[in-house]
Amino acid sequence: MAVKNYILVCGGTACESSKATEIFNALTSEAEAQGVADEVQIVKTGCFGFCEKGPIVKILPEEAFYVQVVPEDAKEIISESIVKGRMVKRLLYVDEKEQNKDGFDIENIKFYQKQVRIVLRNCGFIDPEKIDEYIAREGYAALEKVLFDMSPDDVINELKESGLRGRGGAGFPTWMKWNFSKQVVSDQKYIVCNADEGDPGAYMDRSTLEGDPHSVLEAMTIAGYAVGADKGVIYIRAEYPLAIERLEIAIAQARDYGLLGNDILGSGFNFDFEIRLGAGAFVCGEETALLRSIEGGRGMPTPKPPFPAVEGLWGKPTVINNVETWANIPMIIIKGGEWFRSIGTERSSGTKVFALTGKIANSGLVEVPMGTTLREIVFDIGGGIKDGKAFKAVQTGGPSGGVITSEFLDTPIDFDQLTAIGSMMGSGGMIVMDEDDCIVNITKFYQDFCVDESCGKCAPCRIGTRKLYDILDKISKGKGTHKDLENLEVIGNAMKKAALCGLGQTAPNPILSTLKYFREEYLEHIDQKICKAGKCKDLVQFTIDPEKCIGCTVCARKCPVKCISGERKLPHLIDQAECTKCGECFASCKFGAISKR
Amino acid sequence: MAVETAPQIEFSKELISYIEEWKTKPGNLIMVLHRVQEEFGFIPREAAIRVSNMLDAPLAKIYGVITFYHFFKLDKPGKYNVQVCMGTACYLKGGEDLINELETLLGIAVNEVTDDGLFSIESVRCVGCCGLAPVMIVGGEVFGKVTKDELPEVLARFKEKG
Repeated sequence: MAVKNYILVCGGTACESSKATEIFNALTSEAEAQGVADEVQIVKTGCFGFCEKGPIVKILPEEAFYVQVVPEDAKEIISESIVKGRMVKRLLYVDEKEQNKDGFDIENIKFYQKQVRIVLRNCGFIDPEKIDEYIAREGYAALEKVLFDMSPDDVINELKESGLRGRGGAGFPTWMKWNFSKQVVSDQKYIVCNADEGDPGAYMDRSTLEGDPHSVLEAMTIAGYAVGADKGVIYIRAEYPLAIERLEIAIAQARDYGLLGNDILGSGFNFDFEIRLGAGAFVCGEETALLRSIEGGRGMPTPKPPFPAVEGLWGKPTVINNVETWANIPMIIIKGGEWFRSIGTERSSGTKVFALTGKIANSGLVEVPMGTTLREIVFDIGGGIKDGKAFKAVQTGGPSGGVITSEFLDTPIDFDQLTAIGSMMGSGGMIVMDEDDCIVNITKFYQDFCVDESCGKCAPCRIGTRKLYDILDKISKGKGTHKDLENLEVIGNAMKKAALCGLGQTAPNPILSTLKYFREEYLEHIDQKICKAGKCKDLVQFTIDPEKCIGCTVCARKCPVKCISGERKLPHLIDQAECTKCGECFASCKFGAISKR
Repeated sequence: MAVETAPQIEFSKELISYIEEWKTKPGNLIMVLHRVQEEFGFIPREAAIRVSNMLDAPLAKIYGVITFYHFFKLDKPGKYNVQVCMGTACYLKGGEDLINELETLLGIAVNEVTDDGLFSIESVRCVGCCGLAPVMIVGGEVFGKVTKDELPEVLARFKEKG
């Protein structure tokens, strides 16, 4: 009997860690047990993006979209969806705000409605471990077109026409990088993929590689043809084992199919890959540092020029792009640069993938056209703030970026607009903060990260990040002065001008941006010595109101340092000198007798 | 000049052939160190010395690389290394509270090992499961949306396994 249903099980890392493999196995054995194994094909795909509600299982052709599935649901999914052709209603996604009782199919889920998927076109549709499924969705058609119908200059012109800019952070036009490399005469050139996604709170590249590894391989091979390189190197974080495994499988399959190696498809063109592992150094996202790391040494940046496009890996011309940039390229070749430019804004064409996380109702991976407003992303796609709290700001660009406040919710997001309001696109981390988050605390968190990740080669970054951190620490403890705020700006601006690489030049951005938009909050910490969000522990004090306390002793028993004293049925007292401000008492009091200041 | 003579450390056959295979490739050091750490869980000094001999690379260069990258460890972690994600999303959702609670429960600080060698605590960089924040990994098993109250139970489960 022919296959009449497909079951797609999300196999992205987040779903995988919530037992996607067990669900897959349970579905397979249930299909067997209920005698429908030959009517249904069960596929483990890449990330669906809707991580908040994972693990996700989708049934085709009915488009039933099941969320938060557990292995025990397998029996019902098979017996209802496959055998009887009905939906398992209790597993369907329900939008709490809309209160639809019947659940939605994917077309009507708000999370997906405003998304346009180019980079993630195959994530959640194909089995990333099967090259045939990639080929069935126009995979390797772009490579074939390039090898037989286009000259290297045609390829670069198509890219130029598309207006594609690097998605790694700075937004440099991709065609220019390629063209620089192409023009250099050299016996050896390299194509490198930067998959060292180090921005905390971002996982776009991981999901792309896990869900659609062939798109990156195909794009890099095309670049090899365009600039005259025969070797590709993928530099990937060792912390991404699943992505590494799927890349290795993809490379082996492409070799088997004659899509890699010598004389690709009989065209006479040769290209092959090597995978190199990163080892946890944020600075290696900087391209010159990344190259030093591939060469086996400490990943410290070198001054530019010479640019890697001219003098890169082992001193040879090297094109470096990040995962998301690569994943766009096959579609640009197939559909044309003009098509790509029709999406997005005038100076930022195409789409951008964001990892929407933090205090948002629907965390997940979203891909939207450039120029989409923050309001659409946070409130329409993301479903607004969790638990009905108030929106405070969105942080983009991670430790190199800044905050976007509510007054800019309607600003179209593209490279230039974000820079204009003091943030940056960065790689695509988008972290939503609510009223409970303290700006000083978050900024200190980022600065701590930069201190840790500064490679130490240049003084402005090595000393500057430390000084900035020390000042923020002082402010968070209520010991800051107005002069400190001035110093933050002076040091920060000096680093922007003098640091050797992107890490040091952008490390002060979170501070400069928050000083601009949340200066009040810094001043509260300094003048009134209060932290309204209650995150700066030195400025928080818990006290018990003797009028309200009935002496139930719950707080005294909960206190981990035993600093609450009092007789049963009599008001209790907190010993402020011993208190660690953990907040356990505050959370445990049922009578509202404990106040936080 | 004093040459460091350490007792020869046992390398598995697979590790030796891996190193032999990579020996001739330029830029092999990081790949080799990954493989060594996979075998021992960290990079023991004797192993670093042996790698230095096998690759004919100065020990100083090897330590320069090990200490530059966060991923490489110089000390042996506990049997169950409790890794708490400190990416931004996890931080916002209370990753730090998890670390404090683990420190209290296990009586050790971050990067220390319990006396019985069973547990260690590590604060790690974003593991890329931000939808599940805050995230914790124990013995390779991922725990998402973790709360402080769940910790004693999780630790007890691994303690029972021994």
